[in-house]
Amino acid sequence: MDLSAINPILLLASLMVAATPILLAAIGELVVERAGVLNLGVEGMMITGAVSGFIVAVATGNPWIGFLGAAAGGAALSLVFGVLTQYLLSNQVATGLALTLFGLGLSALMGQGYLGIRAPAFPDVHVPLLADIPVIGPIVFQHDPMVYGGLLIVAGVYGFLHHSRAGLILRAVGENHDAAHALGYHVRRTRMLAIAFGGACAGLGGAYLSLVRVPQWTEGMTAGAGWIALAIVVFAGWKPWRLVLGAYLFGGVTVLQLNLQAAGAAVPVEYLSMSPYLATILVLVIMASGRSPGSLGRTFHAAR
Amino acid sequence: MIRLEKRPQPSRGWSYAAPVLAVLLTMLLGGALFAALGQNPVVVIRTIFLDPLFSEFAWFYRPQLLIKGAPLVLIAVGLSFGFRAGIWNIGAEGQYIIGALVGAAVGLALYPLESRWVFVAMVVAGAFGGWAWAMIPGLLRVKFGTNEILVSLMLVYVAESLLAAMALGPLKNPEGMGFPGSRNLSQYPGAANLDLIAGTGLHWGVVAALIAVICAYVALARHIFGFQVRLAGQAPRAARFAGVRPARLVLVCMGLSGALAGLAGLFEVAGPAGQVTIDFNVGYGFTAIIVAFLGRLHPIGILAAGGLMALTYIGGGIAQSNLGLPAAAISLLQGMLLFCLLAVDMLTHYRVRLTMRKVA
Repeated sequence: MDLSAINPILLLASLMVAATPILLAAIGELVVERAGVLNLGVEGMMITGAVSGFIVAVATGNPWIGFLGAAAGGAALSLVFGVLTQYLLSNQVATGLALTLFGLGLSALMGQGYLGIRAPAFPDVHVPLLADIPVIGPIVFQHDPMVYGGLLIVAGVYGFLHHSRAGLILRAVGENHDAAHALGYHVRRTRMLAIAFGGACAGLGGAYLSLVRVPQWTEGMTAGAGWIALAIVVFAGWKPWRLVLGAYLFGGVTVLQLNLQAAGAAVPVEYLSMSPYLATILVLVIMASGRSPGSLGRTFHAAR
Repeated sequence: MIRLEKRPQPSRGWSYAAPVLAVLLTMLLGGALFAALGQNPVVVIRTIFLDPLFSEFAWFYRPQLLIKGAPLVLIAVGLSFGFRAGIWNIGAEGQYIIGALVGAAVGLALYPLESRWVFVAMVVAGAFGGWAWAMIPGLLRVKFGTNEILVSLMLVYVAESLLAAMALGPLKNPEGMGFPGSRNLSQYPGAANLDLIAGTGLHWGVVAALIAVICAYVALARHIFGFQVRLAGQAPRAARFAGVRPARLVLVCMGLSGALAGLAGLFEVAGPAGQVTIDFNVGYGFTAIIVAFLGRLHPIGILAAGGLMALTYIGGGIAQSNLGLPAAAISLLQGMLLFCLLAVDMLTHYRVRLTMRKVA
């Protein structure tokens, strides 16, 4: 094996790109879970976002509109989950699983005519001045806009949850929905909005895969990224900034194993490709300490 | 104004009617979907749900019903115990793969020994493989409080990678001219899981599935274990007072579902599939989740639901070859079925009241 073939600067630079889809999906799910809803359908919303974003981008030739389409697609699918769990009071775990199974089928069906097509180019931005700094420039400041968009969304979510009235209501709904209801807050409406936001973010994450990272459409292309996003929310202890850490850690493992594959490691490729999933399990074991929102996963039914 | 009122007891009538209603609703929605795809909805629905049983070529499809239904029922019965108790083993697909791998490895190691005991050893090894794979999330939950949903699911991807590594590496057929995949177990008489009555599709997996249904029924209705599972699901606090040890329940439920999924994998790899190949698994482990819910987590219900789901697989195959329906449409239909069931299930637990909005 030739370890010198691995360029540490390129490795760190691609880490941010590898982490972005997971980060986007995870920040959406974090908001959903802070509102007290466990949506296990992230994988399904992500892949639906991936295909709808791809279709829109190919049709319009504009990746930005593609991302919008992906957010709309993910949000639309998440509303199915929302109506079932919030208005028809179905079990959240089962409904989330159904959403994943349904999304995988739906995306495969939608993407039929789009196999083997390349997505329109989504150029990197060079942040003026900063991009020219040696070492740090290429690692941090020469990526496509969505990498920074993801970080902006995290910052926005942090500000929303901790420094706004609406964020406080959302957290109250998630901690104790009966008390929030008694105080006159709209539990269902809050949760529906959170679920739609989560769906839109998962859609963006999926579209990042199909429009930037791969950039092609293939069936089942998310390959568990949505589940890893769910794991990272647990790892982060439902705190936005730790989510970034988790996503980058995961991105690091992914990029490292891809680089080791390319460098011709003595270990067969199949074993290397297990590593992101094993790393996720390890992380879950070590970081199982966070306190989850009080009403997470419980069905809310107002008797009055 | 529509209001939902929680029933003091889940409605018995609706709990039977809901799955039927869900299937009908799925046919309607599915029909609309197929119409949108430019197909004649009536023809497609008939092809999927009726042709495998009643068409001219039904003699060819009926055995398939057993072959496809057996693994679904076997896995779903195992899952139903955990699901009842709030223990979510979502990684049956992984346990299915590992069961098949371990079982096949034992069979291939003993090749070309001519003894029926080879198959027996494989069955034991297959169950062990699935059990051991399910023990990982089980033990992690018990020891570290790790979420078993995420861990068992991550292990599906690990198992898929392991399957690819095995099919290309240690288990590869030494006389296979370099093609990936193991020796064909169904052509190795000591290890083959062939039809017990030729041409019926009735192999050992079907027998195992039926035994599992009967045992699960007895366990649920008459045995202390079934009582503990039901208690833990319906009243976790009462269960603790009644002496149910949560950790043990987790391990038993995970182990049981893993072992049954492993068995399903072994019967598949030694019979209908025949060999370990990169993509020998076809998602039975995930479809079994739908089967478990559609069957109301009840053994007899699961038997019926497994049959229905097998029907959609076969009918979907027919629709694919005869009508050019995309394969994805079937998995979409299966997901839709679970959605419909979850939606209709509301009627089991809640009463719908139409009320006049009172003027204050």
